[in-house]
Amino acid sequence: MSETKPLLQSPSVDFDHRNFDWYVDKFIQSIVFIAGISAIIFIIGIFVFITIEGFGFLLEDFSFREFFLSPFWEPSDEDAPEYGILALVAGTASVTGLAMIVAIPFSLGAAIFIGEFATGKLRESLKVLVELLAAIPSVVWGFIGLSIMNPLIIDVFDVPVGLNVLNAGIILGLMAAPIMTSIAEDALKAVPDRYREAAEALGATRWQVIFKTVLPAAKNGLLGAVLLGVGRGFGETMAVLMATGHAVNIPGSVFDPVRALTATIAAELGETAVGSPHYQALFTIGIFLFIITFLINLTADLIVRGIRKG
Amino acid sequence: MFAESSLNVRNKRVQNLFRILFMMMTILLIIPVIIILGTLIAKGGSIISFDFLFTDPTNGMTAGGIFPALLGTIWIVAVALLASVPLGIAAAIYLNEYAGDNWFTRIIQLAIINLAGVPSIVHALFGVGAFVIFFGFGTSILAASLTLAIMTLPVVIVSTRESLRAVPQAFREACWNMGATRWQTIRRVVLPNAVSGILTGIILEVSRTTGETAPIMFTGAAFFLPFLPQSVFDQTMALSLHLFVVATQVPGVPDNLPFGVALVLIAMVLLMNSISIAFRMYLRGKKKW
Repeated sequence: MSETKPLLQSPSVDFDHRNFDWYVDKFIQSIVFIAGISAIIFIIGIFVFITIEGFGFLLEDFSFREFFLSPFWEPSDEDAPEYGILALVAGTASVTGLAMIVAIPFSLGAAIFIGEFATGKLRESLKVLVELLAAIPSVVWGFIGLSIMNPLIIDVFDVPVGLNVLNAGIILGLMAAPIMTSIAEDALKAVPDRYREAAEALGATRWQVIFKTVLPAAKNGLLGAVLLGVGRGFGETMAVLMATGHAVNIPGSVFDPVRALTATIAAELGETAVGSPHYQALFTIGIFLFIITFLINLTADLIVRGIRKG
Repeated sequence: MFAESSLNVRNKRVQNLFRILFMMMTILLIIPVIIILGTLIAKGGSIISFDFLFTDPTNGMTAGGIFPALLGTIWIVAVALLASVPLGIAAAIYLNEYAGDNWFTRIIQLAIINLAGVPSIVHALFGVGAFVIFFGFGTSILAASLTLAIMTLPVVIVSTRESLRAVPQAFREACWNMGATRWQTIRRVVLPNAVSGILTGIILEVSRTTGETAPIMFTGAAFFLPFLPQSVFDQTMALSLHLFVVATQVPGVPDNLPFGVALVLIAMVLLMNSISIAFRMYLRGKKKW
C-alpha cells in the first residue's frame, strides 16, 4: 500500500463517486451514444439531402401522372422534355423479376443443402465459397455481362444483341443468390434443434423433417431472405447499367434491351448541370428508389422479427 | 422382423432424390462463377505484370498500366476507413454495452439495416448533395470516401457488435466488481478480448469499399487524370471505375486490358475476404471460452 487514507472521512467525500474516472466514463458514454444514433442521423440525412436537391423539380415540373405513367424519358428534349419513369420501372422490374426466378430456387435449394444435408468439412467449405461469391463487386459482374454473357447469348439464342433483360437478369440472379443463400441458411439455423429431434423421434426421414418441420418453422425467415434479394436487385446499379443494353423501352420479351432506374441516374448525372430540371428529376428518381427500398427493408425486418417474437 | 417396409424404402428414396436435387442446385450456383473466374484468368492473366501494376495508362487508356487507379483506390479506402472505423466501433460499443432492449434501440437497428439496404446510387446522390455541394468539398477524395464510409458503416457496426457480444458477460461483471467504471471495463477487458474479431470486420469493409463504383462516380473518382492526387481535396482515378471506363467508354481498347483490370480488382477483393475468413476460423479454433 503506497498511500493510506484515513479510515474516517466526512460522508460528503466518502460517498461522492464523481472522481476523474467517473467524468471520463460519462464523457465516453455520450460519445458512443452520438455514434450509436449516427445511423439514424445518416438515414434522415440521406432523405433530406436528396429531397433538397430534387425539390425544385417536385415543385415545378413534377406531374404525378407524367412521372409515373408516361413511358417517355426524354429529359434532354429542348422543346418539350418529358420525365416519365414507367419504362424505367418496367426495366427494373423485369430484370429484378427474372433475377428472382433464377435466384430463389437456387439459393433456397443451396441453403437447404448447406444447412440441412451437408455436414462437417463440406458444409464449412460451401459456406466459405458462398461468402466469397457474395463479395464479387458489382462492376465486375457488369463486366462479365458485357464481355462473357453478351457473346454467349448472341451465340446460343441467335439474336443480334446480347445486352438485354435475359443477360442482366441472369447476372443479377447470380449476384443476389449468394446473399440470399446465407440469409436463408441463417433462417434455417434459427429453427431449434429440438423440432428436428422431435420429428426424427417420430420416425421421419431427413427430407420429411425438412419439408414438414423445418421449412414451415423457417417460413418467415426465408421470405425475409427473398425480400432482401428483391431489394438488392432493385437497387443494383453498375451491373444493370452495363448488362441491360440501356435503352428506354417497355420490354416485350427477355431479348429486349431495357433501362433501369438506378442505371439512368448513374449514366446521366454526370452530364447534367447542377440545379437543372433534368438534374433534379434524377434526384426525384433517387427519392423514389429510397422510399421503395426503405419499404422493402422494413417489411423484411418486420417479417423476420415476427417469428422471433412468436 | 426389422425388415424395411415398402413405405420406408420409398421414403428413403424420396430423401435421396431431394438430397441430390439440392446438391445439384448448390453446384449449379457455384459452377458458373468458377467458369467466369477461369475466363477472367485465361483472358486477363497474360497482361498482368509488374509494369501493368506500376505504370500509367498511355495512348488514351488503350495501353499501359493501372498505377494511378490502384493508388487512387488505396487513397479512397484509407480515408473511408479513417472515418468509418472509429464511428462504427463506437456505435457498436453503444449498442452492445450501453443500449437497453427497447424501442429506441430497435429504431437504431432498423436505421442500420436501411443504411445497408439503400441502393448505392442513392448513396451517390446523397454524397453529391451533402459532401460535394453542401459542405463544399467539391468532387474530391474526401467526398468520395465519406460517401463510402457511410455506406459501409453497417459492415463495421454489425461485425464489431458480433465480436463484442462474444465476450462473456462474466468478464464484465468480474471487472465491475473490482470497482471499475463501464468505460474502464470496456477498454481493459471487453475490447482486448474482441479486438481480433473487430479486425476481421475491418478487413471485410476494406474489401467492400474497394469494389464499390457507383458511389464514387460523381463524388470524387475521375475517368482519367494526368496527375496523381496530392491531398484529400483532389480528384483521383479508382480501380473499380477504371474497369467501367475501359470496358464501356473508351474505343479501341485491346481485349485483354479490361480483363486484366477486372482480374486485379477481383483478386484484391477475394484475397481480403479470404484473409478475413481464415482469420475468423483461426480465432474460432483458439477461443478458450
